[in-house]
Amino acid sequence: MEATTYNYKVVRQFAIMTLVWGIVGMLVGVLIAAQLIWPALNFELPWLTYGRLRPLHTNAVIFGFGGTAMFTVIYYVVQRTCHVRLFAEKLAAVTFWGWQLIIVLAAVTFILGISTSKEYAELEWPIDLLIAVVWVSFAIVFFGTVIKRKTPHIYVANWFFGAYILTIAVLHIVNSAELPIAFFGGSWLKSYSVYAGVHDAMVQWWYGHNAVGFFLTTAFLGMMYYFIPKQAGRPIYSYRLSIVHFWALNFTYMWAGPHHLQYSALPDWTQSLGMVFSLILLAPSWGGMMNGIMTLSGAWHKLRTDPILKFLVTALSFYGMSTFEGPMMSVKTVNALSHFTEWTIGHVHSGALGWVAMISIGSLYYLIPRLFGREEMYSMKLVTTHFWVATIGVVLYIAAMWIAGVAQGLMWRASNPDGTLQYGFAQVLNAMYPFYTIRLLGGLMFFAGMLIMAYNVWKTISVGKAVDNAPIPAPAHAHA
Amino acid sequence: MQEFDTPFWSWYIIILTVASIVGTAIFLKSQMTRRLAPGEKAQEMEHKWDGDLVELNNPLPSWWVNLFWITMIFSVVYLVLYPGLGSFKGILGWTSFGEYDAEIQEAKAKYDPVFNQFMGQPVEQVAASGEAREMGQRLFYTYCAQCHGTDAAGATGFPNLVDKDWLYGGDAESIKASIANGRMGVMPALGAALGDEGTKQVANYVLSLSGANHDAGMAAAGKAHFDTNCAACHGADAKGMAAMGAPNLTDKIWLYGGSEKAIAESITKGRNGVMPAQLQALGEAKVHLLTSYVYGLGGGMAKVEQQPAPVEATAPEDAAAAEAAPAQASPANAK
Repeated sequence: MEATTYNYKVVRQFAIMTLVWGIVGMLVGVLIAAQLIWPALNFELPWLTYGRLRPLHTNAVIFGFGGTAMFTVIYYVVQRTCHVRLFAEKLAAVTFWGWQLIIVLAAVTFILGISTSKEYAELEWPIDLLIAVVWVSFAIVFFGTVIKRKTPHIYVANWFFGAYILTIAVLHIVNSAELPIAFFGGSWLKSYSVYAGVHDAMVQWWYGHNAVGFFLTTAFLGMMYYFIPKQAGRPIYSYRLSIVHFWALNFTYMWAGPHHLQYSALPDWTQSLGMVFSLILLAPSWGGMMNGIMTLSGAWHKLRTDPILKFLVTALSFYGMSTFEGPMMSVKTVNALSHFTEWTIGHVHSGALGWVAMISIGSLYYLIPRLFGREEMYSMKLVTTHFWVATIGVVLYIAAMWIAGVAQGLMWRASNPDGTLQYGFAQVLNAMYPFYTIRLLGGLMFFAGMLIMAYNVWKTISVGKAVDNAPIPAPAHAHA
Repeated sequence: MQEFDTPFWSWYIIILTVASIVGTAIFLKSQMTRRLAPGEKAQEMEHKWDGDLVELNNPLPSWWVNLFWITMIFSVVYLVLYPGLGSFKGILGWTSFGEYDAEIQEAKAKYDPVFNQFMGQPVEQVAASGEAREMGQRLFYTYCAQCHGTDAAGATGFPNLVDKDWLYGGDAESIKASIANGRMGVMPALGAALGDEGTKQVANYVLSLSGANHDAGMAAAGKAHFDTNCAACHGADAKGMAAMGAPNLTDKIWLYGGSEKAIAESITKGRNGVMPAQLQALGEAKVHLLTSYVYGLGGGMAKVEQQPAPVEATAPEDAAAAEAAPAQASPANAK
């Protein structure tokens, strides 16, 4: 017999864990931001040193918070826009427990100092294998659901989800090709990349940049394509624009990785190609922002009163800002100044906090009441408070890092009349303290916002009741 | 270009890149439709999802399309001017190596005379010049302060340069040799040879040499071990030997710590002190200035005739001496 209700259980599980990993990941972020000001905060314990906590922070927020948010949203949206219950529900449960296990293992191994040292791919090979298994299961559940859909057309959000799932599988498997040294009589917990030298660097940044591109951009654009029209109650601005920017974005992103290796041992031609395709990427990136923002036409007034819409639209603005900044930073001349400075940290967080976190938070505020049988969140006032605390937090964070980064870049290249460097390393570091402090403040505010959200979600859940009987409506025709 | 083994890969890159840009342009062109007339409403697509999700089909915003064209035209121009299309070098002939060389040449022309002005003067005289001291300090901050500290007072494992205690000699010539050619201060691990008890005894004997708190019985027992295992480098009187960089153990200055534990660790595991050679990276003139700066920090001293190394040197000593030898024969040292 065909199912008549949606599977909300796995969506609920992922939704709650999104919040948990968000809080954990951002707490670690706040701690390492504080360690940069007061190094004694590692308490001389190897497990709490910056080098081990930093990958824990990045992995917890990207894969823990961001990844779990995507599972939540994809399982919800793919069911509702295909008008069918999830395909292979047991496998979906496997993806939930498997993904949680991966994040816990990540936390434990990083703290113990077990790491491949490849950025955003630090997890050692046994965990890499586990990721591959969970990801393939994810693909089966998602594409299985899309295939058995009741609607003639595939909704635009699902194109983006599909591109995300396929590409991350390819990126993860290719970049994580590694040889455990156990085969040569060494530890079972250490491996080395199969690529050597500049090839390894190129593969790593092809992966690293597309992790940003597909994990943190394509996937979250899919999220945007569902929650903005839903919350605004307006049709999507342009179907044509969504097609053009979807294909152009996915195609162009794949080329841009070498811009992480400007002025390095990478051949000149490779660096140039990375740069020009990063520039071509600007319009395709902005296509998504335009389509989201223009969807609001006729509903702008809602922005004044609806804090969820505030989150979603502010996220798009940060998205537009960081996707302009990215191509600019890939230009060799700009990169020569910005590379290795705090500017990069500012750029990443304008994307990660401003775009990824804010669109996820807005979407969760939409989802939580629906998953727990409530009209809206326990307190919409607190949602508004969260919005302002988070927005001011992001602005403080990125403004501080921009100024710090540019100052750092200029100080590093400043020279005396005899050609020697004007500032020593320690002097430049000294100049960073005020900015590190503002950054910590911004991060603390963003973190405080997450705690407000946790309280609000807790209260909503405690007065609500898990919904397990959401009926599947028959697909409608627009002009029916 | 040397990056390509065969022309195949160069053409592979060229064709793929050109096809990608041209393909993107054709795709964009194919999606450009007429603008809506004033007041005309965009067509609504005939799909509907999840109750109320619908799509309009507005034409692509023209400013957005223009932005897309501009980035593509820029890219084409860039790839004509600069390397990017496989082994095609770009009509400007730019390379990152070329840019580096040009900058180095420019810097050399500008700054070499500034540094070279002190080359003819002896270290002692340069050290007395205020201008040279300032330049030397800037160089020191850039190249030396990471290990020796901005105050040059060193840290554990990194020698203090402001006192009169020198591992390899504090005269101008020795300081210059240390900077130009680097040093390898190797203390062999003696833990296996001495055993735990022996190590403790030697450590206590070493402590006694500088009048530090020690166990007299142990120290007495340690002396014999010291004479057999340590005196060859540190000297029978334990006052060290500059030729090998073996430290004086009778003063109260400790490179790796002067507690019994730290001394025992030095004996058991040995030590490997490395000062990297700077001559190749910095050139003679800067090494000369740095030498003068370090010399002038307060520890510089006149050259003392060193005791020749004992002729009946044991085998390991020979190896160490051989290691030190190239440093002495280097051009920086030969005035």
